[in-house]
Amino acid sequence: MNLSSRKFIVGIIFLVVGIIFIIRLFNVQVLDDKYKSESDHNVLREVIQYPARGLIYDRTGELLVYNEAAYDLMILPKQVKELDTLALCELLEIGKKDFLEKFTKAKKYSRYKPSTFLKEISSVSYANIQEQLYRYPGFFVQTRTLRKYPRKSAAHILGYIGEVNQSVIEERPYYKSGDYIGKSGLEYSYEEMLRGTRGVKRILVDVHNREKGSYRDGAKDTMAVTGTVLHTTLDIVLQEYGELLMKGKKGSIVAIEPKTGEILSLVSAPYYDPNMLVGRAVGKNYPVLSKDTLNPLFNRALMAKYPPGSIFKTVQAMIGLQEGVISENSSFACNKSLVGCHNHPTASSVAASVKMSCNPYYYNVYKRILQQKRAKSIFKDSELGLAIWSKQVKKFGFGQRLATDLPNIKAGYVPDVGFYNRWYGEGRWAFSTIYSLSIGQGEMGVIPLQMANLSAIIANRGYYRVPHFVKNIEGIDTIPQKFKEKHSIDIDEKYINTVIDGMYGVVYEPGGTARRARVHDDVVVCGKTGTAQNPHGEDHSVFMAFAPRDNPQIAIAVYVENAGGGGSWAAPIAGLMIEQYLTDSISTRNKKREEYILKNNYKIPPPY
Amino acid sequence: MRSYKNILGKIDWSIVLLYLILIFVGWINIYAAVYNEDHHSIFDISQRYGKQLMWIGLALVIAFVILLVDSQFFTSFAIPIYAIVLLSLVGVLLFGVETNGARSWFKLGGFKLQPSEFAKFATSLALAKYLSALNIKMKDVKTKVLAAVIIGLPAVLILLQNDTGSTLVYAAFIFVLYREGLSGNILLFGILAILVFVLTLIFGPVNIILTAAFAYIIIYGLLKYDVKTTFIALVAYSGLVYAFFYFELISNILYYSIAGGLFFLVVYLITRKEMRDKSIHYIGVVIFVLTCFYIFSIDFAFNKVLKEHQRTRITVLLGEEEKLVEQIETLKIARDAEGISKEEKQKIRDDIGAKRFSLRELRQGNGWNIKQSLIAIGSGGFTGKGFLDGTQTKFNFVPEQSTDFIFCTIGEEWGFLGTFFLVCIYIALFLRILFLAERQRSIFSRVYGYAVASILFFHFLINIGMTIGLAPVIGIPLPFISYGGSSLWSFTILLFIFIKLDSERLLVLR
Repeated sequence: MNLSSRKFIVGIIFLVVGIIFIIRLFNVQVLDDKYKSESDHNVLREVIQYPARGLIYDRTGELLVYNEAAYDLMILPKQVKELDTLALCELLEIGKKDFLEKFTKAKKYSRYKPSTFLKEISSVSYANIQEQLYRYPGFFVQTRTLRKYPRKSAAHILGYIGEVNQSVIEERPYYKSGDYIGKSGLEYSYEEMLRGTRGVKRILVDVHNREKGSYRDGAKDTMAVTGTVLHTTLDIVLQEYGELLMKGKKGSIVAIEPKTGEILSLVSAPYYDPNMLVGRAVGKNYPVLSKDTLNPLFNRALMAKYPPGSIFKTVQAMIGLQEGVISENSSFACNKSLVGCHNHPTASSVAASVKMSCNPYYYNVYKRILQQKRAKSIFKDSELGLAIWSKQVKKFGFGQRLATDLPNIKAGYVPDVGFYNRWYGEGRWAFSTIYSLSIGQGEMGVIPLQMANLSAIIANRGYYRVPHFVKNIEGIDTIPQKFKEKHSIDIDEKYINTVIDGMYGVVYEPGGTARRARVHDDVVVCGKTGTAQNPHGEDHSVFMAFAPRDNPQIAIAVYVENAGGGGSWAAPIAGLMIEQYLTDSISTRNKKREEYILKNNYKIPPPY
Repeated sequence: MRSYKNILGKIDWSIVLLYLILIFVGWINIYAAVYNEDHHSIFDISQRYGKQLMWIGLALVIAFVILLVDSQFFTSFAIPIYAIVLLSLVGVLLFGVETNGARSWFKLGGFKLQPSEFAKFATSLALAKYLSALNIKMKDVKTKVLAAVIIGLPAVLILLQNDTGSTLVYAAFIFVLYREGLSGNILLFGILAILVFVLTLIFGPVNIILTAAFAYIIIYGLLKYDVKTTFIALVAYSGLVYAFFYFELISNILYYSIAGGLFFLVVYLITRKEMRDKSIHYIGVVIFVLTCFYIFSIDFAFNKVLKEHQRTRITVLLGEEEKLVEQIETLKIARDAEGISKEEKQKIRDDIGAKRFSLRELRQGNGWNIKQSLIAIGSGGFTGKGFLDGTQTKFNFVPEQSTDFIFCTIGEEWGFLGTFFLVCIYIALFLRILFLAERQRSIFSRVYGYAVASILFFHFLINIGMTIGLAPVIGIPLPFISYGGSSLWSFTILLFIFIKLDSERLLVLR
C-alpha cells in the first residue's frame, strides 16, 4: 500500500471538520434568530424613570398635595463585605435580630438583585446614614417620592395612592408591579393626568446584574413626563373650618358655588388626616381606619343615603305649583290626624308652609300632585301621578349618580311606579299607601351632595351644573364639558321665587325654624331645615341653605346624624360656613354658636 | 556560516503570514474580551491585552532564534529535549502550584510556566527522531509499542497533573502514526468506538445492540453467503424483534437474554450450511460479544465511573436538557393521573426530584457555559456586533473569554464573516503544513510536520467544537489566539521548528 496517498485522507479529515464547523456556524449565526434575542435578554435592563406625580392646589392657589423625597436603604447582598453588624445596627437604629432577619430575607430574594432593606428613612437619619454608608459596601440609598398633604385636610376628596394590585396589572398594561396608582378620591379620578408618563432608560448589565452603561448612548431612552398640576374648586380654609365644626360628629357638609357647580367644601365626618395613608404608615393605619366602627374611610357626603326629610318640601312645593294643583296662596289646615306635626299657625300660603314646615300641608300638596283625576280609579290615578312626579324629581338630580369627579358616588333613590308595583302589586297601592314621601320620608334616599345640589338649583332659580372638584387642569386649561352643561329642572322661576320667599322666612321671620342660621346682617341667608326621622335612634339634623338671596355665592347642605332637629344643629353649622366663606371671618354673635357646636353636646343647642 | 538573507529566503513565508494573522487576531480579540475602560490603551501592560503583546514580542524573538539555530540541533537533541521535558513534568507534580484544580504550573517569582505546553513539541521531536531511525517499520509490534510509550509517557504525566484536556491532545498523534503506516483500521476503529459511545448514550444500549446485530447480519450474511439467506434471516430477526416489542417484554434481563438468544439463533440459521468454515463463524461471534460488552460498559462507565462534572460535559452535548424537561413533564402527568397508589406516587415524586436536580446541574454548570457561548456566537449574526461592541463577552456571560472561550468574542463581534475567515485561515495553515511535510526528503521532518499539523488541528477541533456545542467542554487553548504566554510560545516553537526544518530541506538529508 502506498502510504503517501494517506496524506489525502488526513487532509480530507481536516477539511471536512472545517466544513462542518462552517456549516454549524452558518446555522447558529445566520439562520437561527433565537440567540440574538437571548443575548438582548441577557444584557438589557429597562430602568423605569418615575415621573413626579402632579401637584394639587385649592381654588385660591393653596398647595394641597405635593411630593416629598423618601429614602429607602437598599441592599445588594453580593457586594456586602466585612460587615460590622453592630455599628450598622446602631446607625440604622434597629435591633440586631431585626437586622439579621432583614438580611436573610434580602439574601433569600436574590444575591445579585437589589432589594429594599429599610423603608422610608427620615431625612434626618438619611443625612447621618449617607455620611457613613461608604463603610458598608452593598448598601445604598434609593430615593423615591411620597405624597404629602400639608393641610392635613380633605382626605376623602384627595384620596390616596397605593401599589397596584395584580388585577390592575393584568388589565392595564401601563402598570407594572410596584407602581403606585390612585386608589380613591381625586387621585383615582385624575390618575392618568396626575401620574404623568413614565420614561424608560435602557441600560446594559453584566452577568452579575451590575450596570455597565447605557444602551446605544441612550438613543432609545424616553424621558419621564411630570404629572399634570390639578387646580381644584376646593376652598381649603372653608374645608378646614367645616372639618373643625364637624369634629366629633357624624355627618357631612357640602358647599357648592351655585352658578358653576364648583364644590367649595365637602366634609364627611368622622374624617382622618390624609397623611395617615402614605407610604410605610399605610400598613399600620389602614387596618385601624377600616376597622373603626364609625367608619372614617366612608365618604358620607357621596355614599350615605339618607331620607331627605323636610328640606324635600321645597321640591314638593315647586312641583305642586308647576303642575298647577296648588297656587301660591293655597292654604291647608294643619290637620295632625293626617300626619304628625308641631304646633304652629295655619299656613296660608306656600311660602308660609315652607317657613313653618307644615307636614299636613304637604300631605295635601302631594295628594293633589298624585291624584289629579286623570283616571277613575284612585289606584290608576296615583300611578299616573307618581309617574309624573318621579320624572320631575329626577330632574333635580335625585335618584341618579351625579357625574361628579369622585368615584363611588351613590345614586340615592326616587321610587317610581315600577317600584311600588313590585312592592305592593299593580293596582294595590295609591297615594294613601305612600304618603310619607310627601315630607321626604319613606322610600326616598338622597345623598348629601344631592341636597346641596338642590339648594344650588333653588339659588340658581331653576338649573344646576354637575357639582365637581376640578377647576383647571394645567396644560389643558379647561375642564370636562360635562361640568359646563346646564341642567334645567323645568320649573318656572316665579314658583321657585315663591319657595325662596319661604326659605327666607325660615331664617328671618317669626315662626321660622332656622333662625340660628342667620349670619352677618349684610348677608341674607335662605334655608330650609329638616329633621329626618331615624328609627334607630335620635333624628338626623338636616339643613340646606344658600346665600346671599340675590346673586347667591354659596349653596350648602349640612347633615348631622343623630343630632335632633335641623334648626338646632345643622342650621348654625351652615350659617357659620356661609359666614366664613362670604366674609372670611366669624362675627361675635356666631362665635358663641361656634363655641356650642364645638362642644358637641347635642342636649344644649347653640343660642339664637 | 550562512547569511541571514539565506535563512530568510528559504523560509515558507505563507505559513509565517498565516501565523502572524492568527496572533494579531488573538491580540485584538483579547483586547475586546477583557476590554477595560479605565485602561483603554491596547498597550497597557497591566491588562491582559498589554501582556499578550509582550508574550507576542517574546514569541517573535523565540521564533527568530529558532530560525537562526541549525536544524541539525533539533534532530540531534530531540531525545535530550524530550528527557528534560519529561523531568519537568515529574517536577511539576512535586513542586508545581495548583490552578483551577490542575497542578501544572511552575511558579518562578511572578511568572508562571506550564511545562505540559512544551511537552507537545518535545514529544513530536522524539517521535520524529524514533520513527526516522533506520529499519523502523510501523508494522513491527516493537515499533508500535515504543511509539505508544513515547506518546504515552508525557500523556500519563499530564493526566496525573489532573489536566485531562491537555492529555487528550496526545490522541492527535494517531494521525502521524497513520501516515507512517499504522493500520487504517485502528483509525477507523477509534472513530467507530466514539460513534458507538455517543449513539449508546443517546439511544440506550438495547437499541444499539439490536441495531448492531442487524448490521452484523447484513454484513456477515452478504460477505459469506447469498442474498436469499440473508433476507430470510433478516425477516426472521425483524419478526422476532417486533414480537418482542409488541408484547412489551420490558424487564431488563429478559431484554438482554432475548436479544442475545435472537442473535445466536440467527447466526445459527445463516451458518448451519457452512459449518465447515468454523473459524470465521467464531470470530464473528467473538466480535459481536465484545461489541455487546463494550456497549454495556459504556452505559456502566458513564453512570458509575465518570464524575458528575465529566458526565455533564457530555450530557450537555447530547441535548439532554430538553430531554430532561420532557421527562419531567411526562412524569408530572403520571403523578397527577388518577388511580395510582400512594407508594407509586411517592416513587414518581422522587424521580421528578432527581431529574430536577440533574437539570439544575446541567443548567448552571457546563450547560450554562455552552448556552452562553452559543448565545454569544449566535448573536453575532452575519456581520457581528462590531469591535468592542460584544455584550455577551464584555459583560462576563461567557466564561474564560480571553483563554478557552476566545472564539466567542470573535463570533460575537465579527459575526459569521469573522468566524468563516478564521476557520479558513486555520484550515489553510493545516493543509499548508501537510503539503510542506509531504515535500520533505527526510522522514524526521515529515513526521514532525504531521505532528505539528495534528496537534494544532486537535486544539482547533476541540476548542471551536466546544464553543459551538459540537464537542464536550474540555479546556484547551485555541492555538496562537487564546491568551497566555506558555501556550503561545509552545505553539510558536512547535511551528517554527517545522518552518526551520522545511527551510533546510534541500541542504540536509537526515
